[in-house]
Amino acid sequence: MSFAAIGAGLAVIGAGIGIGQVGGRAMEGIARQPEASGKIQTAMIIAAALVEGVALFGVVVALIS
Amino acid sequence: MFLEINPLVKPDIGLIVWTTITFLILLVLLRKFAWKPILGAVKGREESIKESLASAEKAREEMKRLQSDNERILQEARQERDKMMKDARDIRDKIVSDAKADANEQAEQIIASAKEQIDNQKMAAITELKNQVAEMSIEIAEMILRAELDDKEKQSKLVDNHLKNFKLN
Amino acid sequence: MRKFLNLSVLSVALFSVTFPTGIIAQSHQAENHSTSTTEVSESAADQVETAHAEEEEFDPTEVVMHHIADAHSFHVYGEGEEAVSVPLPVILYTSKGLVTFMSSAFHHDTHGHHVVERNGQRFVNYHDDIYELNAGAEHLEFEGDHTVTNASLPLDLSITKNVFTLFLAAALLLLIFGSVARNYQKGSVPSGLAGFMEPLVLFVRDDIAIPNIGPKYGRYMPYLLTLFFFIWIINLIGLVPFFPFSANLSGNISFTLTLAVIALLVVNFSGNKAYWKHIFAPQPWWLWPILFVIEFLSNVVIKFFALMIRLFANITAGHIIVLSLISLIFIFKSVYMSAVSVPFALFISVLELLVAALQAFIFTLLTALFIGQAVAEDHH
Repeated sequence: MSFAAIGAGLAVIGAGIGIGQVGGRAMEGIARQPEASGKIQTAMIIAAALVEGVALFGVVVALIS
Repeated sequence: MFLEINPLVKPDIGLIVWTTITFLILLVLLRKFAWKPILGAVKGREESIKESLASAEKAREEMKRLQSDNERILQEARQERDKMMKDARDIRDKIVSDAKADANEQAEQIIASAKEQIDNQKMAAITELKNQVAEMSIEIAEMILRAELDDKEKQSKLVDNHLKNFKLN
Repeated sequence: MRKFLNLSVLSVALFSVTFPTGIIAQSHQAENHSTSTTEVSESAADQVETAHAEEEEFDPTEVVMHHIADAHSFHVYGEGEEAVSVPLPVILYTSKGLVTFMSSAFHHDTHGHHVVERNGQRFVNYHDDIYELNAGAEHLEFEGDHTVTNASLPLDLSITKNVFTLFLAAALLLLIFGSVARNYQKGSVPSGLAGFMEPLVLFVRDDIAIPNIGPKYGRYMPYLLTLFFFIWIINLIGLVPFFPFSANLSGNISFTLTLAVIALLVVNFSGNKAYWKHIFAPQPWWLWPILFVIEFLSNVVIKFFALMIRLFANITAGHIIVLSLISLIFIFKSVYMSAVSVPFALFISVLELLVAALQAFIFTLLTALFIGQAVAEDHH
């Protein structure tokens, strides 16, 4: 159980960094080009979802074991 | 079982079956009774908006055309009016100047005739005055001659004087 | 997008009005649960060893798992024999045919003690799995901790709490959108509920379907709309903490698995020549063995596995966090802890409202994206 928790935690760290990068860059993009904010938001959500997907695999492996 | 699966991630056949059935039935029902009417109405409305926008654009174009027509007609009317005004002014000016010239002429005529009359009367007066003055001078000369030629001495003296004057010449 | 967020904020405001009652109901249940463990440990011979150590202990894991798991009856309030719960039909497909009875026949027993006899078959409810006892067996026997030795699991098609929620959500959707559709028959200007729902429908069309699928979006609109509103309403139902809501349906792996499989079928059946060529004959040819495996796995397995896990994990995590925060009160055995727990739980619940909409949006968006990839024309 504790190993699984550590695994889930590590997965969350990775996803946190990833989603942070995605969100931060998206905000830079919006600040630079506010008129493109709609497109940037959609692309950001998709990228964040993909990063999150990887983290979720980790979480699921942690849950199963 | 080799691996104890967490109950959280253990699939449950019953729920899968029911979810499939419910989702498919819901999809069919909603498609028929909700999505088609809603999307149809929205699309119809969008099209009618597009159409009315187009017709409004057309009406505006028409309006613009009418307006430019109006403008043209107005311009023409204005020109016409200007022309009429100018004509009227010209006629008036002509009438006035004619009248003025007429009046001047008449006045001159009157003045000329008056002058003539005055001259005539002046001449008559002068002639009369001359006549009177001549008569009076003759009378005065007569009286003087009578007075002077009363005695001999005086006569001879006069003659002498005159003779002296002549001698100087 | 901004419209969408505004609507989320509105639903947050609506929800916060109903929330306080929910907190009380949840904490009430959790409290009673701790006493029930005591009751059970007295009677359950097999569990004495395991339960003994935690007789007086409050076990948050068990409470949380109990709340997010499926159940055969819909618990309203109370615990043990006095518990008030709505019985739901149990439908079993056994080796001897279909067996149905109401879940109240078990008398709230989920520890395998109360035996129900129907058609000469004997059933027990053990942790909401219904076992059919083998011939001659009187009660469940275990090998090790949880492996049952003398009973089998029949195919369980019961109307459980989650299935009930499924029907509830479907009924609500039909009710809401039926009335919205009727509104449009009076004229094409929406009023009332239709005015509220139309921006959402248009959001799905203009911000999800058209940008991702392209000109062929029309065919997929009913599916995407149904998917979006179905997930969203189920997420919201899960957040309302009292009967007849509160079931953790979208945080159940079977539910998300089904939706993901349907998405997989929709995407792969709408795949055109370019899509299949991309999978089976990727360029360049000498990388074929690697690329084929990657493309195949990604298109047929990974995309949909991620869809399934994302929704499941997000919703379950939200429920677990709220329940854990409420459990803090019982872990610390102090009513003053609620001054911390309740505001935090409220905050998380409000956040979960955003997540409820966001996850419905992401599931639909990604499905539309995958459909778009499958129907895109080849640009090579």
